[in-house]
Amino acid sequence: MSTEKRPDALINAEGLRFDGRRPDELRPIQMEVGVLKSADGSASIRQGKTYILAAVYGPRELHPRHLTLNDRAYLRCVYRMATFSVSDRKRPAPSRREREISMVIANALEPALFLEDFPKAVVDVFIQVIQADGGTRCAAINAASLALADAGIPMRSLVPAVAVGKADGTLIVDLGDEEDKYGEGDIPLAVLPKTGEITLLQQDGSFTREELLEAVQLGVNACKYLHELQKDALKRAYAKRTPEDDDEDDEDDEDFEDDLETDLGESDLMEDE
Amino acid sequence: MGDFSAEVISHIDRNYIADLLKRGDRVDGRKFDEYRQLEIEPNPVAAKAEGSAIVRLGGTSVVAGVKVLTGEPYPDTPDEGVVMITAELAPIASPLFEIGPPKEDAIELARVVDRGVRESETVDVKNLCIEEGRKVYMVFADVYPLEYDGNLIDASSIAVNAALLTTRFPEMKLEDNELVETGKMLELPLSNMAIEHTVSKIADHVVIDPILKEEIVQSCRLTMAIDKNDKFTAIQKGGGAGPISIELIEQAMDMALSQTKEIRGLITDTVKEAGV
Repeated sequence: MSTEKRPDALINAEGLRFDGRRPDELRPIQMEVGVLKSADGSASIRQGKTYILAAVYGPRELHPRHLTLNDRAYLRCVYRMATFSVSDRKRPAPSRREREISMVIANALEPALFLEDFPKAVVDVFIQVIQADGGTRCAAINAASLALADAGIPMRSLVPAVAVGKADGTLIVDLGDEEDKYGEGDIPLAVLPKTGEITLLQQDGSFTREELLEAVQLGVNACKYLHELQKDALKRAYAKRTPEDDDEDDEDDEDFEDDLETDLGESDLMEDE
Repeated sequence: MGDFSAEVISHIDRNYIADLLKRGDRVDGRKFDEYRQLEIEPNPVAAKAEGSAIVRLGGTSVVAGVKVLTGEPYPDTPDEGVVMITAELAPIASPLFEIGPPKEDAIELARVVDRGVRESETVDVKNLCIEEGRKVYMVFADVYPLEYDGNLIDASSIAVNAALLTTRFPEMKLEDNELVETGKMLELPLSNMAIEHTVSKIADHVVIDPILKEEIVQSCRLTMAIDKNDKFTAIQKGGGAGPISIELIEQAMDMALSQTKEIRGLITDTVKEAGV
């Protein structure tokens, strides 16, 4: 019931967006790993006013059984919005939109996972939108891939995602709610950073061929930055868990070598005995 | 990973927990009448919800949000607004919660929290009327558990009360059969506040604010809503079929009464300090 009006212009005379961002500028983003104790892995993301939690359970036994895949784990994503996450109260029952988004999120994440390591099991990814202010499916993918990593699911890489859109004829990255509602289109996409392959691509609104290609390129570039943010969030969470590891994050490689040396030292001892 | 059978744990732990209680100890070192650390974060959904709160009670956490809509009153109460509380046990919060339509435990949680608010007349529904018989405010408070380590009821009750306290919504009036905003922001007409306190019966002992392990081995639980005048406004015996003696019920009531003031104070102070 909050009061929202269409802004006069989505892009002002100086070429800035109505919240003051440049066209290719992301909203402030905070990602945090390991936020829910009951889950095997979890992460939260705040992207502008969008606030999402993701939890991963598994690999674990799959119920109901008939969904079982004999050669790999079943990746089950459930994207749900809280009733109070949007301006009008959302009805509590799962909507068709939520079901579809759950499916495209699963498709976006699956190529990054070694699900073949866990035949017949299930990896559950539960996504709860606490506050929705545009770009929830992409923010959900960012958080979900961190939660999967936190759960120790073997992965090829994290999966960053962002929406590119168009407002007043200008391509803009990371749409806010108003830009999504009153803009001329929306292209959510997710990327495997290593290969540059796209794992999520949807579009609505109207774009020319050139605009579409440019928009995808803008999105891929933004994803590179998001990927760095994701890696930072992961490092921050795990640096906290090793008490003696007060060194800079940059020295991770050296730490790794240290560990190797200690391992060798121990095995030497074993031989002596 | 993560997926363990609750029964296996409970068989091993049942005697251990009971033995500890006999000696006056609880598994996590608390006193029998002691709540876990309580943190309240007011208004985390400031942009979209009219009111909200995240509550952390030890390892249990929930988020509650309030939406205020307008609608037609029920025919039998034409001058009263509507207050409704819902909850679901989303599988994000625990490996014990499953996907699917709400089962009886989720329905019980929502109804018990709802009764705590309703029976205490926390929200003065007469003051939620825009025009009698035609338009009233409808207040929805929805609860989502985020982490489950026992005692969801108390955490949800605290979160709902805190969220109701933070709620601000635009005043509406009927003009030519259409609702228009007057431009004024209103607080909810809150005339009372009932907090729910859950006490678990394990062997011959009662303990307040049970953690998950205690819930699994409890024979039953007693949830009591206590309002600002220390009156009991709702009680629910649930969480198992075990019988409970009048002596233990009395102990449970005294326990709840001894804790209610501090929790009520924390809710009002936290919301006030946040200046929502």
